[in-house]
Amino acid sequence: MGGAAAGAGVRDRRIAVTTPASAPALRLDRVRKSFRRETGESVLALDDISFTVQPGGLAAVIGPDGAGKTTMMRLLTGLMKADRGTVTVLGIDAAKDPQSIQSRISYMPQQFGLYEDLTVRENLDLYADMHGVPADSRRTQYLRLMSMTGLEPFQKRLAGQLSGGMKQKLGLACALVRSPDLLLLDEPTVGVDPLSRRELWEIIHQLIKDRLTVLLSSSDPDEAENCGSVLVLSEGKKLIDAPPAEVCRLALHRVFLMPPPGGTKARDLQARLLALPGVIDAVPERGQVRLIAEEGSAASEIERRAGVAAAPAPPRFEDGFMVLLHQAVRGKAAAKQAPALQEPPIGGAPGDTVVEVRDLVRRFGKFVAVDRVSFAVQRGEIFGLLGPNGAGKTTTFRMLCGLLPVSAGSLQVAGVDVLQSRASARQHVGYVAQKFSLYGQLTVDENLDFFARAYGLAGDKRRERIDWALSQFELAPFVRLPSAQLPGGFKQRLAMAAALLHRPQILFLDEPTSGADPFARREFWQRIIALARNGVTVIVTTHFMAEAEYCDRALILDDGKVLAQGTPGELRALAPVHAGQVATMEDAFIAIVEKARAAPARKSA
Amino acid sequence: MTDYRAKWRRIWALTRKETRQIIRDPSSIAIGIVFPVMMILLFGFGLSLDVTTVSVAVVDEDVSADSAALIGAFRLSPYFKLTATRSMAQATLLMLNRRVDGILQIPSDFSRRWHAGAADVQVLVDGTDSNQARIMQAYSAGPVAIWSAAQAQAGTPVAVGPVIVESRMWFNAANDSHYFLVPGLIVLVMTIIGAFLTAMVVAREWERGTLEALFVTPMQPGEFLVSKFIPYFGLGMIGFVLCLLAGKFLFHVPLRGSLPLLCLASMVYLLVALGVGLLVSTLVKSQFLASQLAMLLTFLPAMMLSGFLYDLRSMPLVIRGITYVLPARYAVALLQTLYLAGNVASVIWVNLAVLTAAAAALMLATRYATVKQIG
Repeated sequence: MGGAAAGAGVRDRRIAVTTPASAPALRLDRVRKSFRRETGESVLALDDISFTVQPGGLAAVIGPDGAGKTTMMRLLTGLMKADRGTVTVLGIDAAKDPQSIQSRISYMPQQFGLYEDLTVRENLDLYADMHGVPADSRRTQYLRLMSMTGLEPFQKRLAGQLSGGMKQKLGLACALVRSPDLLLLDEPTVGVDPLSRRELWEIIHQLIKDRLTVLLSSSDPDEAENCGSVLVLSEGKKLIDAPPAEVCRLALHRVFLMPPPGGTKARDLQARLLALPGVIDAVPERGQVRLIAEEGSAASEIERRAGVAAAPAPPRFEDGFMVLLHQAVRGKAAAKQAPALQEPPIGGAPGDTVVEVRDLVRRFGKFVAVDRVSFAVQRGEIFGLLGPNGAGKTTTFRMLCGLLPVSAGSLQVAGVDVLQSRASARQHVGYVAQKFSLYGQLTVDENLDFFARAYGLAGDKRRERIDWALSQFELAPFVRLPSAQLPGGFKQRLAMAAALLHRPQILFLDEPTSGADPFARREFWQRIIALARNGVTVIVTTHFMAEAEYCDRALILDDGKVLAQGTPGELRALAPVHAGQVATMEDAFIAIVEKARAAPARKSA
Repeated sequence: MTDYRAKWRRIWALTRKETRQIIRDPSSIAIGIVFPVMMILLFGFGLSLDVTTVSVAVVDEDVSADSAALIGAFRLSPYFKLTATRSMAQATLLMLNRRVDGILQIPSDFSRRWHAGAADVQVLVDGTDSNQARIMQAYSAGPVAIWSAAQAQAGTPVAVGPVIVESRMWFNAANDSHYFLVPGLIVLVMTIIGAFLTAMVVAREWERGTLEALFVTPMQPGEFLVSKFIPYFGLGMIGFVLCLLAGKFLFHVPLRGSLPLLCLASMVYLLVALGVGLLVSTLVKSQFLASQLAMLLTFLPAMMLSGFLYDLRSMPLVIRGITYVLPARYAVALLQTLYLAGNVASVIWVNLAVLTAAAAALMLATRYATVKQIG
């Protein structure tokens, strides 16, 4: 009874301290902020930005990498000072009195600010103490947070031992130990699987219902769909500040769905469409290609050039976003297309089985990370490993590369038994790890040279392959830059270049697009498709279910077990049809995983 | 305006968090507890600047009463352990195999020449450890002197008496190097715990992004720093007590000054070390760089330039000048004085004042360097 009374008290207090409805929750007025990079040049992170968020409701800052999203968050928290312009939060000037703002808002930075060597409960206690949450209201608040995040059973677990999605939820819970007047979330969904992402969104919607004001940033335009207002940034400049529906309208009558001609792949049609003039964007979706045309370019013209019928489709936020970005970079060379692959094809007949995994098991003590997983991949295929955080994808990968011993089962890679001779299997394999794992202090050239030597390339051959990598991945302008200072997307390119130096038959990519913006992701997939066409077999894990559309076949893994396997079309068919609409890959994924989790008895099947 | 109850609650919460992190992080326990113990054992048993029981091969080619008496004088000395050999060749072989540290060779005409007035005895010393060699050379004069004195007493005329070296070491009459190693060891352990461990802790929070989240709370920078000082101060005092106990019970080093003063001096120096570590960590924001800097700025100077191992007076003038800016120098002087000489007021107050000023300056600098700002 005391708890309930205290809970009511907390709610009352929040309403009492909320600023008058007329005052905006936050306001940036002609804000400018620049930085000096280590290399000396000055970067304009935010250029003359004005933006206002009214109290109550959800606003988002959306933009590609390097748009200035994090800088904006830090200006709002008072952790950075603007060069020019004013930042006002809850009616307080951030430059003059940052502490007053910091005492009233909650903020979840990109790295969530969790202490990995403290337990879930200890992390919560720390932040509750910091915010001066009294012991009696703490009890009710914790109960609410625990039921909201589902962290109840893990209270005694160290934060470092939580999966990515759970860490994110704990970070959010720490920011919510008291009821803030404003909640700032910097890229809260990076690296989170669709299931956890959906749960995170449910929490955020609950908060909005409780009349909390939330501002979040993201590089994924999908996140903007549910927001009240959206600020789109690109390279420090404001592209638009509007409700999402208005952004969608930018692409009105310009979005089409085009089915690939019989027997061909959607991704091949996509590549063809991207090369056409008047095309802003094309992505595979539900077995078709979703195309955004430039303003004024008639659908009939595109239909004629592509030789495929185009059905008009209602625009989404992402479509409007792509139109905006396209307008912003017009004049500069739009980097939607990767250069064609200049390399002789990898030998071997297509259709050969190059990777064969049978009843693979990996145990860590009593915990079974990978449980009797079997699959086969043919030459030149793109094969996707999909699954929530902690499903066993990375563990499977490490065994395939011979980096981790196998508990049971058999593994054939490029005709070599990995268990018998790891070293010779590795000669045929390129591996790009989830985290950037090149040497940050070495330059681009030194890194490539090191990896070329590590793969045993010598003399002219080595020079030739490094030159190939530099031109193929457009890294030549950065040759002398320490690789830690490369812009995000280029780090990814360098990692891929290093993994391809020895011309492997098989390329393993672990979460290659996690945290990347839509541009970087599209470009990346164009490179992958080109490689596959050249006979390279690609096995890839991803959190973005839409990207499974690029795969020839994919496998859904949860809790170490294979739940489903097949072409994107076959996987989509496993989800129920909603209102006559074919399910998206994401719907299918969630349906498959939830069904399997609800029926644990089915596991042995 | 300031709510002190909330303030103290935040400090308490942060201190508890820091303490938990120390306890759960094996590397901080390793540096905080295992390292002092290892240093105590290493410096206590492994490194000793005394020479005791040097093993010497004896080649007696004379085989006379005189030579037997000389060998007897060596045998009586506590510093030598003799091994009788039959020939020079055998003795050389023993030395080459490092079974003995030196050779005492008594030539076949020793007795005859002795009575004639001028005898030679050859002492060969393994020079690979020059320090030990020099000491052994000096020590070997002792038995020879005793022997010739005995001969003189017996009425045998001594033609050329060997120089009798009478040495007496002040404050360390037992010539036990533990006496001056233990105070230095306390300084060294404090330096490691204070500067080396803390150099990582602020930088770690920057690297892991936890500070960014903590900053956007009512927490003030001073509270954050106090919460870093408290647990590491505690850890440093544990190291101090370990050294103190080892000094008393393991090495039996007498404490001539007062114990409260010794504790006070150590605490002040610990604050200095913590100040250096936290300041470096705050300024550098990278764990790797901070630990390297802490090593260069504190540990190595404390080892080499504090007067702990090497006598400051024998250093070149420039280097001696450098030592004046090192807090470790004042701490070593202070602790050695308290241990070996007692409460010598002039030495103690000057050094204590310097250390107190350094601690205050470092803490203030750290407070000013900690601002809730990124980039």
